[in-house]
Amino acid sequence: MMMSDPDRRHGPDEGKVETSVDRRSLLINAGLTTMAAVSASVAGASSGFVERLLRTRFVELSAERKAEILDALERELSERYGREVTVADTPPMDGVEFGYGLDIARCVGCRRCVYACVHENNQSRDPQIHWIRVLRMEKQRGIELAESTAYYEPEKVPEPDAFYLPVACQQCRKPACVKVCPVKATWQEPDGIVVIDSDWCIGCRCCMSACPYGARHFNWTEPGIPSEEIKPDTHYFGNRPRPNGVVEKCTFCIHRTRKGRYPACVEICPVGARKFGNLLDEQSEMQYLMREKRVFVLKEDLNTQPRFYYFYAT
Amino acid sequence: MIKDILSFVIGSARMALKGSPWYFAWLGLLGILVVWGGIAWWQQITQGLILSNMRDQVSWAYYIGNFTFMVGVAAAAVLLVIPAYVYNWKPIKEIAIFGELLAISAIIMCMLFVLVDVGRPDRVWHMMPFVGSLNLPSSILGWDVLVLNLYLVLNLVIVAHLLFTAYHKRPYQSRFVVPLLLVSIPAAVGIHTVTAFVYAGVAARPFWNSAILAPRFLASAFCSGPAIMLILFQILRRTTKIDIKDEAIWKIAELMAYAMFLNLFLFGAEIFREYYSDTHHLIHSQYLFSGVHGHSALVPFAWASLIASVIAFLLFLIPATRKNFVTLNIGCLLIYTGVYIEKGMALVIPGMTPDTLGEFYEYVPTLTEVRIGAAIGSIGFIIFTVLCKIAIPILQENDEDRDIEPEPAEAAVT
Repeated sequence: MMMSDPDRRHGPDEGKVETSVDRRSLLINAGLTTMAAVSASVAGASSGFVERLLRTRFVELSAERKAEILDALERELSERYGREVTVADTPPMDGVEFGYGLDIARCVGCRRCVYACVHENNQSRDPQIHWIRVLRMEKQRGIELAESTAYYEPEKVPEPDAFYLPVACQQCRKPACVKVCPVKATWQEPDGIVVIDSDWCIGCRCCMSACPYGARHFNWTEPGIPSEEIKPDTHYFGNRPRPNGVVEKCTFCIHRTRKGRYPACVEICPVGARKFGNLLDEQSEMQYLMREKRVFVLKEDLNTQPRFYYFYAT
Repeated sequence: MIKDILSFVIGSARMALKGSPWYFAWLGLLGILVVWGGIAWWQQITQGLILSNMRDQVSWAYYIGNFTFMVGVAAAAVLLVIPAYVYNWKPIKEIAIFGELLAISAIIMCMLFVLVDVGRPDRVWHMMPFVGSLNLPSSILGWDVLVLNLYLVLNLVIVAHLLFTAYHKRPYQSRFVVPLLLVSIPAAVGIHTVTAFVYAGVAARPFWNSAILAPRFLASAFCSGPAIMLILFQILRRTTKIDIKDEAIWKIAELMAYAMFLNLFLFGAEIFREYYSDTHHLIHSQYLFSGVHGHSALVPFAWASLIASVIAFLLFLIPATRKNFVTLNIGCLLIYTGVYIEKGMALVIPGMTPDTLGEFYEYVPTLTEVRIGAAIGSIGFIIFTVLCKIAIPILQENDEDRDIEPEPAEAAVT
């Protein structure tokens, strides 16, 4: 269970409190928002009171409270999209640390993964948000991000002089994005997935500055998803539709993988370039891959220590 | 005591509400800008930041650039407080309070620029310690929130005390206010350093990830804030009876020349490293100064900024041009322009162009962003105008019927 680590408790819990709309509206007023930072230092004077208030709210976060919050979310989303939407908070499994493998030699740059991801994770269609970015590289140069492009439009892929490097969240062991968040709205789960609580994120975009992989995306406006295309089976930290003004990212399809399924991008890949599994399980595809192939990670000099491995399986 | 406070508040309000037609015309003009930009902000709140030209590739831009610049302006106070209270130099001591008034206005503008930049202004309270979940010690923006508030409160307390005692024609309490003034010096250094660290700590953006970013911030801040002060002092001594000596102005200008030298030197050191080592990281500087693959929106601004800074440095360095008020004022405007571009655009945008995966997205602000920026600028001017409107008669009156010499400032560090 995710509660095994007391430190972890902090992140998920505080997010959920805020789903309570009535509670939030109490605190929302123009004066408070403008003066929030100002009062921050003034608050010192009345910290005892404030602290007590906070503690009450933390203790309040029982299993029932969570269930209430999820129920409210489900009702709201079902109503908005005119069909039954479920929001789960499936916890990580014990003894599981997810890892991802991508075979650059196989990838043909078809971008099916990009759109499978968009559909699976309820990304905005208008404006478009893509969690996966497939970069076209020139064979003559090797991996050179500065000369790559995500906007290639040939008749057919693969192009003879190019190879392709899909990039999404690398689920780093030392995530630069988590460190900079001013409100603890994003953190690493015990199974390695870096999640965002979109009900707590303030949209300051520090994490987007900090991420070396362009993996974080912002909802610049209310996301547009046609009701008939909504994916109704959702997770609180994953593919539930996000609100305007917050950051979102790949979660290794948390709603699927925590139930033992593959991420949508792995399933859709027509050439089998994408591998996924438990890094701690000797029988897993990932351990086999790392034993038998030679892997590398992107921007290893930044010491982010990704769980996303690239390899050339020739 | 409560009666004294009440009479001070009522007296101040009366002074703020009374004034010449010019005073109200000025406030009216600013008010119109606030409404014009306020409407834009309302649209941005309802429709989202999509009304800006920021996108995932350039996810911080005009607002955060202005925020960064305004943090620098807030330093003005320090350049006055140090000679006034550390070296006890009288000509500046008499006018140091205007630096604090400017600092208050600038810090409030900083906070407003952050507020309009976040996607969820309704959740800004999440950053409040205890009430929200401020991520300390790990988030630099978290520290920035703390030091900015500390600096604001310090300046508010100092100004309130100085004006309150002057209003009642009492000497100010050295033992209370001088320690606060001295604390405000490291606090001012703190707001710059921490703001610089917000950028410098980002390993993913080599253009920012530099050890000398914080020193550069400080150096440029010690130019831009005082540049406003110098022009303001000249206006004040023309329009009011406040006595501001030439030597005070020249001394500040001299200090600015040193700061600008340091700024240019550090800039040169950075440029040498980038161009001589000529790694992939150079591309951001190239984008700024010469353009890359035909993307060159910032190039004219970058050169304008550099040229303005160099000319201003020379004008302030040479005593003859420093002491000539025409060239001095030209220098102030050049410094202001130079640093505004350098901190406002030439830091944030090239840091994100190209983005971390090599994509060029050329950012230019939208009208919405400019309108909101204008509104925040106007709010800053309104605050500063009203504060000056209150402070000037109080100080002037005091000037006339005293001399109430404040207690000797033996508490000052020497």
